[in-house]
Formats: sequence, structure tokens, C-alpha cells
Amino acid sequence: MDPHINIPGTTIFDGRMAMKGYGLNKMCYSFNGAKARADYLADPEGYFERYGLSEAQKQACRDKDVLAMIREGGNIYYLAKFAGIYKLNMQDIGAQQTGTSVDEFKEKLRKAGA
Amino acid sequence: MARILGGITTSHIPAVGKAIEAGMEDDPYWEPFFKAYPPIRAWLAEKQPDLVINIYNDHGLGFFLDQMPTFAIGAAAQYRNEDEGWGLPELPPFKGDAPFSWHLIESMVEQEFDITSCQELAVDHGFTVPMQLFWPKGSHPPAIPISANTVQHPIPTLKRALDFGKALGKAVRSYPEDISVVILGTGGLSHQLDGARAGFINREFDEMCMEKIVTDPEALTAISRMELVEKAGSQGTEFLMWMMMRGALGKVRQLSSNYHIPISNTGAGTMLLECIDS
Repeated sequence: MDPHINIPGTTIFDGRMAMKGYGLNKMCYSFNGAKARADYLADPEGYFERYGLSEAQKQACRDKDVLAMIREGGNIYYLAKFAGIYKLNMQDIGAQQTGTSVDEFKEKLRKAGA
Repeated sequence: MARILGGITTSHIPAVGKAIEAGMEDDPYWEPFFKAYPPIRAWLAEKQPDLVINIYNDHGLGFFLDQMPTFAIGAAAQYRNEDEGWGLPELPPFKGDAPFSWHLIESMVEQEFDITSCQELAVDHGFTVPMQLFWPKGSHPPAIPISANTVQHPIPTLKRALDFGKALGKAVRSYPEDISVVILGTGGLSHQLDGARAGFINREFDEMCMEKIVTDPEALTAISRMELVEKAGSQGTEFLMWMMMRGALGKVRQLSSNYHIPISNTGAGTMLLECIDS
């Protein structure tokens, strides 16, 4: 067994998570297209239905709760496209996931370089 | 016969593309990153490679989880890009060299690397940002995209990535025309975008990787994939692209190296390695 499998604060996106999150990730993948983004914003609930999201996935999306989306099988590369619709960048998402302000999160990144 | 001039590594963070568009190369935040590029552009201008192989990892533009190739090689006359959902500026299509691609594909499969061939492929920031960094005026030679899966586990092992590069080097050098090739290994270094550990960066590990990739890449194959996730962060697994690039080079001399934290959420590494026998 690989001794590094339990990494705190880290979800390994493997086949198990890929199965769980397929619809959610497929929805997010569609957001590569501008028309899909407009369709989503016009009717988010209808868009969730079209991709067969579970209730937990829908709620995570309504809440824009990234940790919950990951827990429900979301992959960060696809979730980033969901975040893009709301103009959230990787520092915004990082701050949300770590429970800090965006400025605090950026300061943490700067300190890693000090 | 074709020869490999050298390899170049760079991070391919989307924010870099935006900074280029905004003309922020001299901005105090960006300068410690962008200063690494003029010497490499000068080397490229001097060497004038005929072709560039751009090894990157797709981030959900070219491929989705419905069909996820572990290793994919572009075989198109040109490669388009899109805004990726973030309103990134769309660049003109990148010209390719399909006959050269098919030579690579034939040779790689002959060497028992069963890759996926792509006659259409949308290339994302992993491919486009390095092209912008190294050829800011857009005057790049024909480019061949090679993408490895780091989206979904199981990802390739570090040994497999290095071995892929060795086979790629043989494939390039067996091309019958007398052309020169440069190979990009893009992505990394340490970063984690997802989870409660978001914002993780590991300078010590990155600096070790940047040393060993030059002097002893074989030693890096002892790192397991989960150890790579632990020490480089979930998305630090992009270091596999560096291993693929390095395997193709053989003996090298390091001409330049730069490391800076942070660019966006990432430890950014830039290196120029010249092949000694070129």
C-alpha cells in the first residue's frame, strides 16, 4: 500500500469520485461555451436537472460551496469553470475553502515564498 | 535526421496569460517571474528551432472525463483554443505539423507507448501560455501538443513519464528530415487549488526537483504518485510534464533557472536545458 494515501485536506480525484461527480463535472465542462453559461444563468435549476445533479450537488452549487462540490464529486479543473461564471478566481476559491479572507489567503501564498 | 536542441520548463498558470494581455511584465508582482524569459527568448532567437513539442496537461478543455487519454498526441494542421469559461482572450489557432505528428505516433506505438492520436484538439492555457511566454510576437515554429492526464487518478507514474520522454526522444531523432526541435515541459511546480489544503506550496521540494531534473532525473522516479500529491500538492502532479520533457533530452547543460513564489497559487519554475550533443 502507498503510505501517502491519507493527505489531510486533500481529496484524491479517482474513479470513485469520478463516478460520483460525473453529472456535476459534465455540467461544469459545458461552461467552456459562452452560450452554455448564458443558458445556465437564465435557469440554473433547469440546467441542474438537464445534467442529472443530485440534491446535494444542486445545493452545493446554489451555495457556491466549493468544499461541498468537491465532496459531491466535483473536480477542481471543471469547478473552476463554474467559479468563472461568478468571476471567482483561484484566490477567491482558496480563501473560501480555507475559511480566510482573500487578503489573508494571498498573504499565506506570499509567506510561502519568504 | 532531426535533432533536439534542448528543453524548456515553465509554469503555465492562466493568470500569466492575463498578465501578458495586460502588459504587466514589469509590474512588481510579476517582474520576478517574467525576468526569467528574455534569456530564453534570446536562446530561441539564436537557435531558430524548426519545430516545438509542447508537453502540457489539459485542464478540461480538450478532454472530458467521458474519454480521458493518459497520453495524447496532437495530429492536426492547427490547434484552436477557447476562453475556457473564464473569458480568457482567444488567440489565433496555433499551426501544427501533422506529418511530423504521425511520425511521432508511429514511433511511440512501435516503442509500445499506446497513445491517443488527436486530429482535432482544443488547446488550453497549459499549451497557450508557454507559447505566449516564449514567442510573445506569435512567430512560433509549428507546434505539436502532447497532453498527459493529471485530471483524474490513476495518473502516470514518474517513471512512466520519464520513459515516455526517452521514447519521444528516439521518435524525434528518427525523423528523416534535418530539422531542429525544442521540447517544452510545462506546468507545476507545487500548488494545490482544491480542498482545505488549498494554497499549499513547497519550496524545498520544488528546489530539489529542479536540481534533480538536471543532474539525476532517474532518482525522481522513486517518488510515488501519492507522495507527489503530498509534497507538491494536488496540481503539483503537473511535474510529470517536466519528467516527460527531460526524458527526451539525454545529456544536458543548464543554461538558466528561475524560481519564484507565488504566482497566483503556485511555485513557478523556469529552466532552460541545452542538449550537450546538439
